[in-house]
Amino acid sequence: MEEFFEPVHELSKKLARGQTSSAELTKAFLKRIDAVDPVIRAYITVAGEGALKDAEAADRRLSKGENITPLTGVPISVKDIFCTSGLRTTCASKILENFVPVYDSTVTKKLKEAGAVILGKVNMDEFAMGSSTENSAFFKTANPWSTDRVPGGSSGGSAASVAAGECAASVGTDTGGSIRQPASCCGVVGLKPTYGRVSRFGIIAFASSLDQAGPITRDVTDAAIMLGAIAGADPLDSTSIGAPVPDYAAMLRGGVKGLRIGIPKEYFIEGIDKDVLSAVSGALEVLKKAGAELVDVSLPNTEYAVSVYYLVATAEASSNLARFDGVKYGMRAQDAANLLDMYKKTRDRGFGAEVKRRIMLGTYALSSGYYDAYYKKASEVRTLIKRDFDEAFKSCDVIATPTAPTPAFRFGERVADPLTMYLSDIFTISCNLAGIPGISVPCGFTNGGLPVGLQILGKHLDEGTLLMTAYAFEQATEWHRKRPNI
Amino acid sequence: MKYEAVIGLEVHCQLLTETKLFCGCRTKFGAAPNTQVCPVCLGMPGVLPVLNKKAVEFAVKTALALDCRINERSIFARKNYFYPDLPKSYQISQYMEPFCEKGFLDIEDDGKTKRIGITRIHMEEDAGKLLHGDTPDDDGSSFVDLNRACVPLIEIVSEPDMRTALEASAYLRALRDIVVYLGVCDGNMEEGSFRCDANVSVRPVGTEKFGTRAELKNINSFKFVKDAIDYEIDRQIDLIESNGKVIQETRLFDSAKGITVSMRSKEEAHDYRYFPEPDLSPLIITKELIEEMRKTLPELPQAKRRRFVSVYGIPAYDAGVLTAEKALADYYEAVVKETGEPKISSNWVMGELLPLLEANGYSTLTPATSGSVINMVKSGAINAKTAKEVLKEASKTGKSPEEIVKVSGAGQISGEEELLKLIDAVIAANPDNLARYKAGKDKLFGFFVGETMKAAKGQANPAVLNKLLKERLGS
Repeated sequence: MEEFFEPVHELSKKLARGQTSSAELTKAFLKRIDAVDPVIRAYITVAGEGALKDAEAADRRLSKGENITPLTGVPISVKDIFCTSGLRTTCASKILENFVPVYDSTVTKKLKEAGAVILGKVNMDEFAMGSSTENSAFFKTANPWSTDRVPGGSSGGSAASVAAGECAASVGTDTGGSIRQPASCCGVVGLKPTYGRVSRFGIIAFASSLDQAGPITRDVTDAAIMLGAIAGADPLDSTSIGAPVPDYAAMLRGGVKGLRIGIPKEYFIEGIDKDVLSAVSGALEVLKKAGAELVDVSLPNTEYAVSVYYLVATAEASSNLARFDGVKYGMRAQDAANLLDMYKKTRDRGFGAEVKRRIMLGTYALSSGYYDAYYKKASEVRTLIKRDFDEAFKSCDVIATPTAPTPAFRFGERVADPLTMYLSDIFTISCNLAGIPGISVPCGFTNGGLPVGLQILGKHLDEGTLLMTAYAFEQATEWHRKRPNI
Repeated sequence: MKYEAVIGLEVHCQLLTETKLFCGCRTKFGAAPNTQVCPVCLGMPGVLPVLNKKAVEFAVKTALALDCRINERSIFARKNYFYPDLPKSYQISQYMEPFCEKGFLDIEDDGKTKRIGITRIHMEEDAGKLLHGDTPDDDGSSFVDLNRACVPLIEIVSEPDMRTALEASAYLRALRDIVVYLGVCDGNMEEGSFRCDANVSVRPVGTEKFGTRAELKNINSFKFVKDAIDYEIDRQIDLIESNGKVIQETRLFDSAKGITVSMRSKEEAHDYRYFPEPDLSPLIITKELIEEMRKTLPELPQAKRRRFVSVYGIPAYDAGVLTAEKALADYYEAVVKETGEPKISSNWVMGELLPLLEANGYSTLTPATSGSVINMVKSGAINAKTAKEVLKEASKTGKSPEEIVKVSGAGQISGEEELLKLIDAVIAANPDNLARYKAGKDKLFGFFVGETMKAAKGQANPAVLNKLLKERLGS
């Protein structure tokens, strides 16, 4: 069926015109999941009945013509890191395998209020730690473009479910590239908003000062619609930003004439896949032809970003994940001799290898005697990385780079070597450290037929210009219309 | 060799806010376990803290009362450790940059004033409570009650300025008086809303260098503070005298035995891995807020004591008793307003009224009631014994003293007409004694007083009775 690959803004029109109903769409998507997901394995939990109920409620809204948003009746998937009231939320971890929250994350609450229908919860790297979704405690998710390859991560289930037509759109989270990199790997659009633009309440924390939720969608218009629905200040999140939320969808058509696009030399380095490089270079030409001006900029502290990230993120994670102690909820080892033994056994069995590795790294970085050399130093360098962007944005409006140095890799290819895996995020991490927004849009394919993403980074809270640039690019190309054979 | 002790106190005060520090749950003491909890204070996945504004205001008030320098910008930090009463496995506290520093508190000991420095005050959340085997079907399980988790605390850290256990306990009392006066803490040590740890070391008199200190925990009454510190000072001196070495450690006070025992050494101490709390923005305390809070500061105990002595002319001892609680001080002042008698009022308030107010509260026995009873004694309308009864009754029932006196007939008979009637009846009934009295047996005057008093059921005003009787007997 065609509608599996239609963007939200098209489905929305059909729903408004009565050409289809939310119940029909939801049933069709649930069938599609039945048919495709045994191969893709994007969903950890399919909401089934709950989704149909929500669809019927959306249909009532649509028929009354009341309170309709562009998402009313639209079936979406949600990364299993967002707490959903009454719907199992695992964070792809054994330790939360049977955790059913009694509260909604602000993001899912807003999506529900907008009338979106949640089809289910999708796979990810355990606690969002990874770049391939291979770290899920449950199963691996396949890349719809090549099922022996990873979909990227950590929001791999979100990107794969959108790319495979198992939902109209998805929401993911991005701590070091976890929205943009899988979007790039799966040939879809992924937007990480400014830190604080979207509330973090109810999102199971990985690294609190870096985590940010955002949409993964079929095209840029959908990303604007989704961002509009989830953005805004939240009294439950003290770090959310109070600035009013503009009408992003209305800002798309400004064009790029005269727009200065910064090209940071530190992002075009040895080791980038040559097909990726040529796709990205082609994309920059397209933007230039559309009237943008390409200017050279420098982000001199880029080389430290990965090191800084793996100190700050792991330090925060070691503390954030300490609450999973077997005392209050989630898994508890039943055969423990005493309290300490219970902690040890629960956490040893409940967490996967990568999660344990990062907890240990972070614990070490915060330990007395090491704090100054690691965590504190990393925080200081983080400030320098932020300054790099402030400086660069004096001479440009947005910055363009490849999203990832390579296309999607094969299962198992990088599992043995965590450091190689960490380099998957080399181009996406600085954006989180600086707290600025970034988007990945499809910009071509490798010779082997794997999608490549173009990353555009914007100024603090300037998602508008970011989306406008991405939209102009999308209008000039056909990449977003390509579909995998699935 | 002579030694002196060096003592510093860390005091935790639970703030009297309606709701918790980072969520909207109630803070009422004594509720059924886990009935005042929500996803935030339970440390559920994904939830975030939101700072309670009232707690900040209370903290600022305390800082002002202790003459601290308030930092415009301070940050919260996470203190990481595992324990079942700590839902997030970290406590949100302040570490590197607390909201205020460098204050002081003057204590009075033996009439001398000594200034104790306050190093810092910081805000933090409380932990929950563990109950071990407290159920009928006790199977060795432990139970976790998280009602108290996330309740706001301030920790007040003193400089090591105290030299004796007495000074330490004077400091603690003065501090408690202040937070109670401010209305920011109920000061209840038994319920744990006012808790104290003491750092104690000793050094030879005349030396500057601090000795190795021990941190004393579990001292939950004023008496224990003194006992624990005294014991610890002796223990350390004995150790040094017998060529031993004091080690840095945390020691627990065993109140039953009156001793301190080692809990953990420095090597076993937790590494709390403090780092800035990323879920909260830096706390900004504006000049406006500080000024607003300054305006709400009440007169503090010390100032009030001095004023009572100078304005009312009552002894320092009285002033001390009367200002121990703000409510009592206010009460005393209201009574003085009624009576115009500071010293007499002080005697009544400290003597008769204090136990009644403590037993029955301040609502039934108003200062107006007490004042008018004292005035009735002064005018001779009732005697002191009756007054005590009237006050007791008023305290229980809230009735007015006039009403109580009237109903019980407890008023003193001072009316001449009424008394003369009684006197005449007594004289008429005892013609023999009258004759003997007239014949010179003066001692019989007492007989007539006694008989008349009997007839008046003891309520006759003795002075008036004497005067009238003398007139009637014609002597």
